[in-house]
Amino acid sequence: MRISPKQKLSKNLFSKKIAMAATRDGYGEALVALGEKNDKVVVLCGDLAESTRSRVFAETFPERFVEVGVAEQNLAGLAAGMAFAGYIPFMSSFAVFSPGRNWDQIRVSICYAKANVKIAGGHAGISVGPDGATHQAMEDIAITRVLPNMVVVVPADSVETKKAAVAIAEREGPAYVRFGRPAVPVFTTQKSPFEIGVANVLSSGADVTIIACGPMVYTSLEAALVLSKKHKLRAEVINCHTIKPLDAKTIVNSARKTGAVVCAEEHQIHGGLGSAVAEALAEHAPVPMRFVGMPDAFGESGEAGALLEKYGMTKEKIVKSALDVIQQK
Amino acid sequence: MEPITDIKTLKAKANAIRQNIIRMLVQAKSGHSAGPLGMADVFTALYFNILNHDPRRPYWRERDRVILSCGHICPVWYATLAEAGYFPKRELWTLRTLGTKLQGHPEYRSIAGVEASAGPLGQGVSLAVGMAYALRNFAKSNQQIYVISSDGEQDEGQTWEAVMFAAKHKLPNLTMIMDRNNIQIDGNTEDIMPLEPIRAKYEAFNWHVIEVDGHNIQAVIDACAEAKAIVEKPVCIIAHTIPGKGVKFMEGKFEWHGKAPNKEEAATALQQLGVTSAA
Repeated sequence: MRISPKQKLSKNLFSKKIAMAATRDGYGEALVALGEKNDKVVVLCGDLAESTRSRVFAETFPERFVEVGVAEQNLAGLAAGMAFAGYIPFMSSFAVFSPGRNWDQIRVSICYAKANVKIAGGHAGISVGPDGATHQAMEDIAITRVLPNMVVVVPADSVETKKAAVAIAEREGPAYVRFGRPAVPVFTTQKSPFEIGVANVLSSGADVTIIACGPMVYTSLEAALVLSKKHKLRAEVINCHTIKPLDAKTIVNSARKTGAVVCAEEHQIHGGLGSAVAEALAEHAPVPMRFVGMPDAFGESGEAGALLEKYGMTKEKIVKSALDVIQQK
Repeated sequence: MEPITDIKTLKAKANAIRQNIIRMLVQAKSGHSAGPLGMADVFTALYFNILNHDPRRPYWRERDRVILSCGHICPVWYATLAEAGYFPKRELWTLRTLGTKLQGHPEYRSIAGVEASAGPLGQGVSLAVGMAYALRNFAKSNQQIYVISSDGEQDEGQTWEAVMFAAKHKLPNLTMIMDRNNIQIDGNTEDIMPLEPIRAKYEAFNWHVIEVDGHNIQAVIDACAEAKAIVEKPVCIIAHTIPGKGVKFMEGKFEWHGKAPNKEEAATALQQLGVTSAA
């Protein structure tokens, strides 16, 4: 397996020593860094300051932290109003509530007006675990990427989440960043490249392309390792952290080279990263594809690992999908 | 802009705005009639007396701001902005047509003076509250924020989320003017979803409430002055209005909530508004 040296991934990439951290931790760190740099950055939270890690900002900059209560529609409207007054509001909640519950407010008050609001959706994906289906956001990528003027970023680990939050603050306009609850491997480093709209090719290969976002990127690297060791197949793994604007160029180039694509995400197979990739490939480089994600179902209570396994968001599923799609070339 | 204090002059402005609302709507062949006509006096009071603003510098930093939350009554907003000199009146005749700057529901800054997108009810209330909070608490400014809300809009849960937040922070720079015209699309508000006692509701939510006759321009001016002087609480001015005011066959009729007049109806309406020849 050929890991790109340019990506500066962790030295402990496939070792048990790899650090573990929740992607949300990176969000909290980014808020404080942003707050120090720019006094226009303000943070709003819907009664979830601890869970979304915005509490760190609240403690550092209490005068710029706004507790909104359990009112996500108002959360979005207040943020838009603050943006119109010249501020850069970050609004934090769980992804099921925001953008889940306040989609109309995000559509009209924020996206239609190109308001400079940053939406942070925490506890996304099925890996939120025991809270059950009501709290497992599996549709948020679909409903945000469909909105004009929106940027959608799904970082892969805590280090990348921090970079993503900083990057969306520096870019004018509406943006959604998604992160999760459990600790996941920290496989990128401070030196790894990150630019909104530029997908990172983590490993090069000619047999199959695996395109993933969020913690499924690491799972995809593990799958590529299995493909390499067990099946002598070289997989090109792409970290597609920006779902919108999609880096179609990198995706199309890779698909033309490998002729087969597997997409992997902790999201419904309909409407998410896989769909975005399929839209690009259908037009420019139609190749056989497989979709690893939530199979059009609601989740349930359980531990993260068990849920990912039950609903098929594992390295085994990615390997199987890769072998399968290669057959179709 | 220097405030106009002479009531006769203000009344003439309001009448000119009403005439232009009719002309815009008949040209557009769709849109809302009753609400805009009903709010012409309130808008006149705001833009020609109450607001600290400058139409030549529409986004001047220190300006007072108006957020129209019940976006569907935008013909009165557009007609008033044009009357105040924010943009040429010829733009008015493009309402709702392809390529227009005057969208069927307001689009943020599509034309000078339009401070927010609005349409889905409740959103503008949150937006105005967020703006008031940011200007007051972050920018330490005393600019006044006026949010125009409707009675039908009180059905929306978001309105009350925003109302609670404004009360929590005792926003002194926020005034809501509620168009209490008693109608919404499907009928009278008290039949569709009773709001009364609406005054008591706002008082229970820790707002200060003032009730006025929304067609008495002096009373609206006085109420806004009182609202500005009250710094302990956000203020809700309940403006009692007659939907369709000035056009007899529209007055009080919910059927005219979301309908534009045809040519004959427009001619009659303009006559009733004092236009002698067809304009």
